[in-house]
Amino acid sequence: MAKDNEINGQPEHSPDQGRRSFLKNSSLLSALALAPPYIVKAAGAEWDEKAARFFERVPLSIEVNGRSRTLSIEPRTTLLDLLREQLALTGTKKGCDHGQCGACTVHVDGKRVLSCLSLAVMQEGKKVTTIEGLAEGEKLHPLQEAFIKHDGFQCGYCTPGQIMSGVACIREGHAGSDDEVREYMSGNICRCGAYPNIVKAIRDVQKGGQKV
Amino acid sequence: MDKEFFFDKQAKDPIERVGGRAKVTGAALYTADQQFQNLAYGFLVGSTVAKGRIKSIDTKAAERAPGVLAVITHQNAPKIPGYQTGRDPAKPPTAGQPLRIFYNEEIFYYDQPIALVIADTYERVLHAAKLVKAQYEKGVFQTELGSNLAKAKIPTGPRFEDYKRGEVDGYKNAPVKVEQEYYHPIEVHNPMELGNTLAHWESDQKLMVYTKTQGVEATRKSISDAFKLPPENITVHAEQIGGAFGMGLRTWPYEIAAVMGAQKVGRPLKLVLHREQMFTNVGYRPATQQKIGIGATPDGKLVGITHEAYANTSSYEEFTEATVNLTQFLYACPNVTTRYRLVPLNMCTPIWMRGPGEATGSFALESAMDELAFALNLDPIELRNRNHADVDPEKNQPWSSKYLTECFQMGAEKIGWKNRKLQPRTAQEGDWLVGYGMGTGAFGAMRWAATVKARLQPDGSLLLQCSVNDMGPGTATMMTAVATEAMGLTPAKVRIQMGSTGLPPGPTQGGSNVTATVGAAVNDVCTALKEQIATLLSKEGSRFHTANVHGVKVDDLLFAEGAVSLKQNPAIKMTYTELLQQNGLSVLEQTRESKGQQQQYSMYSFSVHFVKLRVHKPTGRIKIDHVVSCADAGTIVSPTTAASQMIGGAVGGIGMAMMEDLVIDHRFGRPINNNLADYHVPVNADIPNVDVVFVGKKDPYINQMGSKGLGEIALIGMAPAIANAVFNATGKRIRTLPITPDKLMEG
Repeated sequence: MAKDNEINGQPEHSPDQGRRSFLKNSSLLSALALAPPYIVKAAGAEWDEKAARFFERVPLSIEVNGRSRTLSIEPRTTLLDLLREQLALTGTKKGCDHGQCGACTVHVDGKRVLSCLSLAVMQEGKKVTTIEGLAEGEKLHPLQEAFIKHDGFQCGYCTPGQIMSGVACIREGHAGSDDEVREYMSGNICRCGAYPNIVKAIRDVQKGGQKV
Repeated sequence: MDKEFFFDKQAKDPIERVGGRAKVTGAALYTADQQFQNLAYGFLVGSTVAKGRIKSIDTKAAERAPGVLAVITHQNAPKIPGYQTGRDPAKPPTAGQPLRIFYNEEIFYYDQPIALVIADTYERVLHAAKLVKAQYEKGVFQTELGSNLAKAKIPTGPRFEDYKRGEVDGYKNAPVKVEQEYYHPIEVHNPMELGNTLAHWESDQKLMVYTKTQGVEATRKSISDAFKLPPENITVHAEQIGGAFGMGLRTWPYEIAAVMGAQKVGRPLKLVLHREQMFTNVGYRPATQQKIGIGATPDGKLVGITHEAYANTSSYEEFTEATVNLTQFLYACPNVTTRYRLVPLNMCTPIWMRGPGEATGSFALESAMDELAFALNLDPIELRNRNHADVDPEKNQPWSSKYLTECFQMGAEKIGWKNRKLQPRTAQEGDWLVGYGMGTGAFGAMRWAATVKARLQPDGSLLLQCSVNDMGPGTATMMTAVATEAMGLTPAKVRIQMGSTGLPPGPTQGGSNVTATVGAAVNDVCTALKEQIATLLSKEGSRFHTANVHGVKVDDLLFAEGAVSLKQNPAIKMTYTELLQQNGLSVLEQTRESKGQQQQYSMYSFSVHFVKLRVHKPTGRIKIDHVVSCADAGTIVSPTTAASQMIGGAVGGIGMAMMEDLVIDHRFGRPINNNLADYHVPVNADIPNVDVVFVGKKDPYINQMGSKGLGEIALIGMAPAIANAVFNATGKRIRTLPITPDKLMEG
């Protein structure tokens, strides 16, 4: 019988055999094994495709930017790819896919999280906020305003991650001085080099005392 | 046009970055953000050897994996017509045969693409890509610059012959001289946006491409040449580019692969490089070994400089840059010799990285100047002042403008240069040694060609169109600034449409040319609009005409607050909206091509970077306290974005000086630190307050605004400023970048 950790993507097999052994070990497949033998014998591409279509899906209930969603997703999907490729929330960026650059930072239950290192299936019941969910309608979040005011960006690619990180940085109480901001914002790389202006923007909002 | 145009501009409130709101809300759509129905996903599989031939490649498992639509290798790749004609028409930077992707079994470098896997989801393509297995016949490869200097050769073409002024190696006769070697390792652009292309064949003869390019026109030409499609059948979009820093200056093989893949599967295809592939497949700043010999009289007059550089290129192309060129003109010096050599290695071809060769060269030259100043017991700024080139000593003609001395003065004041100790290692605060350093930069102030269309619309707004794109420096903001000034409009009344082919052609964004080029074109097209307005106002019956018996000329008119009025009688005034209405026009439209002229002046932008830093004695850690970057870039059209660009260049220079180093394992010819955790780039905690100072004096010749470029000078000279400050702090001269703590550890 299947164990939870197998379903949650901790395979004990080589990559080449990954999905097959998953299928073999799956309790769902055990049920399928009772199906007429000719189906099982029809191995090969077509069989793979049909089985995969069935088994590569798991249900997920998640709240994104205040909207509840009930989804059926691939267990391998990261939160980042779910947002970008399936929910069309492309404000969250992919910079490295390895948790090394911060471009994909979102809030999960209010905490900053690297969405590229978070499997979507693990976000069951959680509340996700992305850059698209930060403003209130036409009214920008104070940190979004401050990034414009201080020109805290150039190309803009790391900006959503910087802003999500910056909001969290202020909420965490880690924006008490310029040096503290520099330290707690160092997980977000900006290759254009807008760091000094990012620090100014975050400090401006922190000092302004607005609700973030 | 008023003579003092733009000169007073800097006193006004600078306009904020155009497109800022889209960037802070996530609404700005970059290549990989584009939504297409029925999208397929591609992933490249790379070679695991650095040289050799593919003996066999097994794609069966990948082809059978769920969702896989195609696996393309050299065995089944559709023929690229342009590949058959010899050189890949995807224009190379220099001589050689550019890599033709999936052309044959030959491997030139580690991670060279050997297969493109295409599937219906990203997860599926990532899995399937891992199932492709290849066997190789391994060749003997070389990836180390230092052990291959014997293979060095002069690059093809007359531009790269040795340069001689006065006596060859004349520095050797000087009473005081310094001879040293400097090394710069491989540095990789690594813009935050990954290399990516989204290709969509709308029909078998019509192609739409979103891609990471710094020039949509150049990309369209490359694709047109490769696929033998008429250019008008291809649309290239790059409206939003997540940085590039030179990486997008050519059409890379992966972009051709994406177009090929989309054709093969008959669906729009998105191909996004993985971060590892950004280190191996899309260029880098080459490793460069330099030698400087520099000599002066005891009172600090330069006698001679010899500058040699050995830079790596690939085994299949000659990549060149202006590594030794600064030495030819930066100082008044009678005897100058430069030699530039290439060393082919089994790696991907390099590509210009911000500041390009000049940044590498300035590290050697400006370090050597600092070493010479120390040998002469002179302040480094004083040494530079004593050798100020009043005219261009290379071309023997005047500068169009040069305010380097002003940069020295303004920067020295701001950094507190007077607190610098002439003797190194004499300023200490607790465990920290304190040092000051400076370095000079220069880069050709270029003005290329651009066409801009301007359309005055019924609501009184102005639409500007040009295919130039904006990878981050603020091109749209600059264009808006020029137009608001020229037409008397608020920024909200100016709209910019840019970044795709089909618009009037603009230049590639490179070589710091865009403000000088496109800004001038915006200015020219606005002038044309104003002339048209003057003609309309000269008509019989016009109030303007009645007031001016000789007809209305542009000089008689004031363009302000969205309206035109008579200078002599401001009560005679008409808004642009009224102007259109009264003339029964739906729009007023002009298109102008504008380009630089050959001039009897040498045109350069100049910069001086100042650094104050501390070095922690026990650990060798460097903490930069303050950076001041000064620029002579002519008139600053958009102060906010220009300052950000200067800050960004300083940050890039800090990375070059202190951390960036692609380490190759020469046993296997592959990088060890091909990810953003192990390849260190500056993070927020590394960067202090950066002050930017602009001289702000216009260049009288380059264009109407008097604006020179500043993207490159923002970085050139920064790395030696840090190396020189480290010497001033510690007495240790570090000639191999990056300056990491291990090189400064005591004991």
